[in-house]
Amino acid sequence: MTADPTSPLAAWTDRLTFAPALIASERPFLSQLTVRVSDPDAVAALGSALGVVFPSVPCTFTTGSGPFGAVEVLWLGPDEFLVVAAPDLQLPIEDALRAVPFKGSVVDTSAQRTTLVLEGSHVRDVLAHGCSVDLHPSSAPVGTCVQTLLARTGIILQVTGPDRFTILVRSSFAQYLAAWLSDACVEYGAVP
Amino acid sequence: MNYRTPTGGAIDRNTVLRFTFNGQSYTGHPGDTLASALLANGVHEVGSSVKLGRPRGIVAAGSEDPTSLVQIEAPFPEPMLLATTVELYDGLVARGLAGQGRLANEPDPARYDAKHEHCDVLVVGAGPAGLVAALTAARSGARVVLVDEQNQAGGALLGVDEYLDDRPSAEWVADVVAELKSTPGVLVLERTTAFGMYQDGFVLALQKRTDHLGFAAPASVARQRVWRIRTRQTVLATGAHERPVVFADNDRPGIMLASSARTFRHRYGVLPGSRAVVFTTNDSAYCAAIDLAESGVDIPLIVDARASAPSRLATECAARGIEVRAGHVVTGTEGSGRVTDVHVAPLGSGHADTVVCDTLLVSGGWNPVVSLFSQARGKLRYDSELGAFVPGEELETVRVAGSATGELDLTACARQGRNAGAAAAIAAGFTPSGQVPLPTSDSRCTARSGLVLWRVPGAEDSSFVDLQRDATVSDVLRATGAGLRSLEHIKRYTTIGTAHDQGKTSGMIAAGIVAEALGVELADQRPTTFRPPYTSVSFAALAGRDRGELHDPVRVTAIHPWHVEHGALFEDVGQWKRPWYYPQPGEDLHAAVLRECQATRESVGMMDGSTLGKIDLQGSDAGKFLDMLYTNMMSTLKVGKIRYGVMCGVDGMVIDDGTVIRVGEERYLVTTTTGNAAKILDWMEEWLQTEWPHLDVHCTSVTEHWATIPLVGPRSRDVLAAVAPSLDVSNEAFEFMTWHDTEVAGVPARVCRISFSGELAYEINVTAWHGLAVWEALMAAGAVYGITPYGTETMHVLRAEKGYPIIGQETDATVTPQDLGMSWAVSKKKPDFIGKRSFARAENNRTDRKQLVGLLPVDPSVLLPEGSQIVETDRLPEPPVRMLGHVTSSYPSAALGRTFALALVRSGHERIGETLYVPVDDSLVPVTVTDSVLYDKEGARRDG
Repeated sequence: MTADPTSPLAAWTDRLTFAPALIASERPFLSQLTVRVSDPDAVAALGSALGVVFPSVPCTFTTGSGPFGAVEVLWLGPDEFLVVAAPDLQLPIEDALRAVPFKGSVVDTSAQRTTLVLEGSHVRDVLAHGCSVDLHPSSAPVGTCVQTLLARTGIILQVTGPDRFTILVRSSFAQYLAAWLSDACVEYGAVP
Repeated sequence: MNYRTPTGGAIDRNTVLRFTFNGQSYTGHPGDTLASALLANGVHEVGSSVKLGRPRGIVAAGSEDPTSLVQIEAPFPEPMLLATTVELYDGLVARGLAGQGRLANEPDPARYDAKHEHCDVLVVGAGPAGLVAALTAARSGARVVLVDEQNQAGGALLGVDEYLDDRPSAEWVADVVAELKSTPGVLVLERTTAFGMYQDGFVLALQKRTDHLGFAAPASVARQRVWRIRTRQTVLATGAHERPVVFADNDRPGIMLASSARTFRHRYGVLPGSRAVVFTTNDSAYCAAIDLAESGVDIPLIVDARASAPSRLATECAARGIEVRAGHVVTGTEGSGRVTDVHVAPLGSGHADTVVCDTLLVSGGWNPVVSLFSQARGKLRYDSELGAFVPGEELETVRVAGSATGELDLTACARQGRNAGAAAAIAAGFTPSGQVPLPTSDSRCTARSGLVLWRVPGAEDSSFVDLQRDATVSDVLRATGAGLRSLEHIKRYTTIGTAHDQGKTSGMIAAGIVAEALGVELADQRPTTFRPPYTSVSFAALAGRDRGELHDPVRVTAIHPWHVEHGALFEDVGQWKRPWYYPQPGEDLHAAVLRECQATRESVGMMDGSTLGKIDLQGSDAGKFLDMLYTNMMSTLKVGKIRYGVMCGVDGMVIDDGTVIRVGEERYLVTTTTGNAAKILDWMEEWLQTEWPHLDVHCTSVTEHWATIPLVGPRSRDVLAAVAPSLDVSNEAFEFMTWHDTEVAGVPARVCRISFSGELAYEINVTAWHGLAVWEALMAAGAVYGITPYGTETMHVLRAEKGYPIIGQETDATVTPQDLGMSWAVSKKKPDFIGKRSFARAENNRTDRKQLVGLLPVDPSVLLPEGSQIVETDRLPEPPVRMLGHVTSSYPSAALGRTFALALVRSGHERIGETLYVPVDDSLVPVTVTDSVLYDKEGARRDG
């Protein structure tokens, strides 16, 4: 008897296409680990363990590849990072990080948030209805990563392409966010 | 009568719009406002005044109008709109108001939204100064936003027939707008009023996007939008409002600002009447008089308060048969509704003439629109030549250009715009390229200010200062007579400037009359504060998308779909939806809860506890940190064990409680109450970041990583054994207040043996992804025992029977752990912890503090209302009655076979056994005070 996992937006699986405004898709079950560390040497060592250089510039994210495949590291604060990798790697990644001696913490927060990819010509318009961060490419180029509010829920926002964003949202807020997106896309021709 | 001119105006004469006003059918054209369409039909009387019921008309052509408030009835009821700002559409139904409208009874079907916008340079106002400023900034490559409240750019040019550089001004405007709109990074927002200016370049603007489409407005498009603009630099080109002069009976319909009449003529092709007297203190009204005379309006007389009339304009008037009487003023008017006569007399004293007319046009000079500048904390200065407050200083990020500075000449206004636009662009880091050419006007009206005249002496009771508030010169003099000197006080005493128009035409005059009455200089008076919003903003627009199901985020757990499917009713706990109870057919709350309680105490029940706050703490000082946060000792907890803990604020009052799990030597997991999860994480971070940064501890929220399922009741061990075959569930191997990592239903789980009911109980934690499946597995495994899902109500009853307090229900920030009977949870050994110092205060040690006790109504069927007061005697004495405390929780109990309650009672612990009384309706219900633990005092059920 093994219980099957259910993603926070399972109920929205077939309803996340808000064409022609934008297309949203959930990337469920990603491995996510919250790392708190401030010593630069430790930061470098943790990065080496994963094959990725941790971001040193605030409000950015980095990508790399190593023993756990493609890994992203998101800057969340002066000593706080979120490591994101493919599903089912949270335990080995946690072990690999713990193998590095450092002062700080590593916490498996994989199910704390789910991940939505938004892409389409109106994605900036739709986000601008609920997000006060300036997402103009001159201000938020690809590689930007900020913690902010979208409508009335906290999110982590990554700029991953010219018209492509990744949003990490707390699992309990995910359905609210999907409902909000659905409503905000009506203005751009999506059928509610 | 038709007052539409044969030609002219930015209206589409080929299309006829039908509308209804005050029950009468009329027609107008696209491009009209409701006001211009009414005037075209000869209708001046729009409504009546709020206090006195006097007829009122249309004073101005724009948002400064003090009087033309209407109620829209169709397509959707909307109160308190100005006829001068309602764009006409087919099928509009409206009526005039006496100051107050009505809100719709039904929900508004329109959509509303908000949008954030960022720019380098924001320009407010698309008149000549704003257009040149925006173009200058745009050509520098800056991101520019230009907002303007009209449906088309042009500002004051819309109301005149001037030529700029030998072309109609509309062509110059169209060229500039076309270039702006085709420049990347420029956003031009029409029908958009910047109504609030805040710190750090934050500006709110309301865009009316589909109001003008009426019934044809597409349902998918937001009707109104609040733009939340963040800009680095701002140019305010907000223009100026003409102000009237106050005289006796100055409020009759047909009395209008001169420039507004000119606007109605040129923008809408509408004449204000057949025969108009003009009363002015400056040159600008001459242009209105000449324009209207050329359009066929009989202008018998211009009354100029100045000692001598401007000779060139007077000559032009004479050529058109218009008499100019300098040194004269209007002293009063006649008319049962609309004005029929005006009285004209020499300024000072002398014989008054009466002149017959149907319109009186007034100009008392110009007030720069300084609202946003003032909101931005810019200081104002009184300009005695203009008789107005003007921007009195330069601000770092806000520049003012055009007639908003008091400048009256078009080319000079445009030059100010160019300079401000360039300076703003430079300040934002851009380099202006070349110079935008400045337009030159052919206007015959020289730009020179006139005589400052606030009022003509006369009947003070009918000399209206604020037409919307029915506030007169008498009211102002009554205020100064009562000793008020500050304009702020006089504003509140008289209500002048507090209506929808915020005193746009009345505020300056009121200040002038006050200064005269007090014999002080206006330069020494502080103007009243300008506050947002500049024009009225509906609550629907401010709410935007945050209504209905999106009003507040609804947080749900991973198991939520199951609860919905199984008929749970939900309770809102913070933003969470928690199952309240699961009624079976025919059951009400009491029946369902009694069943759920009984099933849990007698066999097994379970609930969704996923909303509990969970915080992971790691670091070599984690134990030390927890010792400071909780009243009891946590660092001595052994790995694998769990301890209950209470947290207090610095005042020693309980703020939260929960369990602490020692996960490893340097790692703990603590739980918080559902509603306090974020607050406690903030509390921890605040102490770590501000007081104890030296501690090696990191806190991470894992609330939503885990789904948490309490499995409760004597058969819970059997159910757990069935789903966790690798776990030794025996009492010896799995003791109370310990935890084990294992697999439940095949997925990794952390199982804690804790109990919030007194029963044998386990708390099963799996990742949120697996919560639903594990819940279903537990339901299946427990079916043989009649496993019963229960909600928050049953949880409350089960814990209350055991006397366990709920923080926020039994406590209210005035309750100590000792008050709750939890002295056992307050360490005597620890040298310090948050709240410890306060426990030594005399107040904390009073024996008559309110303490948590149980109450048993003498009649076991009586349910005490929660919140009831508690008194000492079986009869109420004369007031004041001494209140001993109040009921905090009250339930019927299946286990006790009766009702019971928890209460905070003065000296409660000493009163156990006493009979007290609870007023319920008209009777006093006797209750027996008991220990707060009412069920299984000896704890025999804990181990199953």
